[in-house]
Amino acid sequence: MSPRAAWRLESLGFSEVYDYTVGKLDWLAAGLPTEGTNASRPRAGALARKDVPTCGLDERLSVVRDRVRSQGWEATVVVNEERVVFGLLRAKELAGDGDQLISQAMRPGPSTFRPYVLAAEMAHTMVDHKLESSPITTSDGRLVGLLLQKDVVNAVREQST
Amino acid sequence: MPKEIDRDGLRRMVEAGAQLVEVLPAEEYAEDHLPGAISLPLRHIDAEGSEVLDKTRAVIVYCWDIA
Repeated sequence: MSPRAAWRLESLGFSEVYDYTVGKLDWLAAGLPTEGTNASRPRAGALARKDVPTCGLDERLSVVRDRVRSQGWEATVVVNEERVVFGLLRAKELAGDGDQLISQAMRPGPSTFRPYVLAAEMAHTMVDHKLESSPITTSDGRLVGLLLQKDVVNAVREQST
Repeated sequence: MPKEIDRDGLRRMVEAGAQLVEVLPAEEYAEDHLPGAISLPLRHIDAEGSEVLDKTRAVIVYCWDIA
């Protein structure tokens, strides 16, 4: 739609016309602020815990488990140096054989969600699919934070009261 | 010929005074739009484009995505 708009404006005499082709989806996926009636509604990106511990593929599970638990967490996200998400370890995976490498212990390719998804929608998805936590990533796969089901359910409850 | 622009370029140009225009239907604009954008749905461009926008300044248009 925007290419047609850009060309039409040029034909109307506008000499300097640009097309942000990747559009509103790109903007929202980057977790950037918007204006409008949805702007004040909580979204996945705002609710995601940014302090979630991360780890690398080649680390030993026992070392990661100690680090994660010392920070008060029962989950960690596996990322590379660009913070691109490769996997997730929840409580069950963290409790595995400590001699394993993270690449062996992790749940690979977890479902991720974009930061702009409204909390109400996320709450339904996470409850329906029994997801205790879900990584929130930008459209290019970079970690924004970990969204906990209890956080998003509480946010929706508060919004409706 | 219109030029493509990315997110960083958009921010720079808006700061420099470019006009930012969402061409989606007004209902979608009302729900969510980029900060500072105005609504000019595609079907209204012929009738309102020259009135609403300043031809002496750069214009950036956007919709939902590349489709």
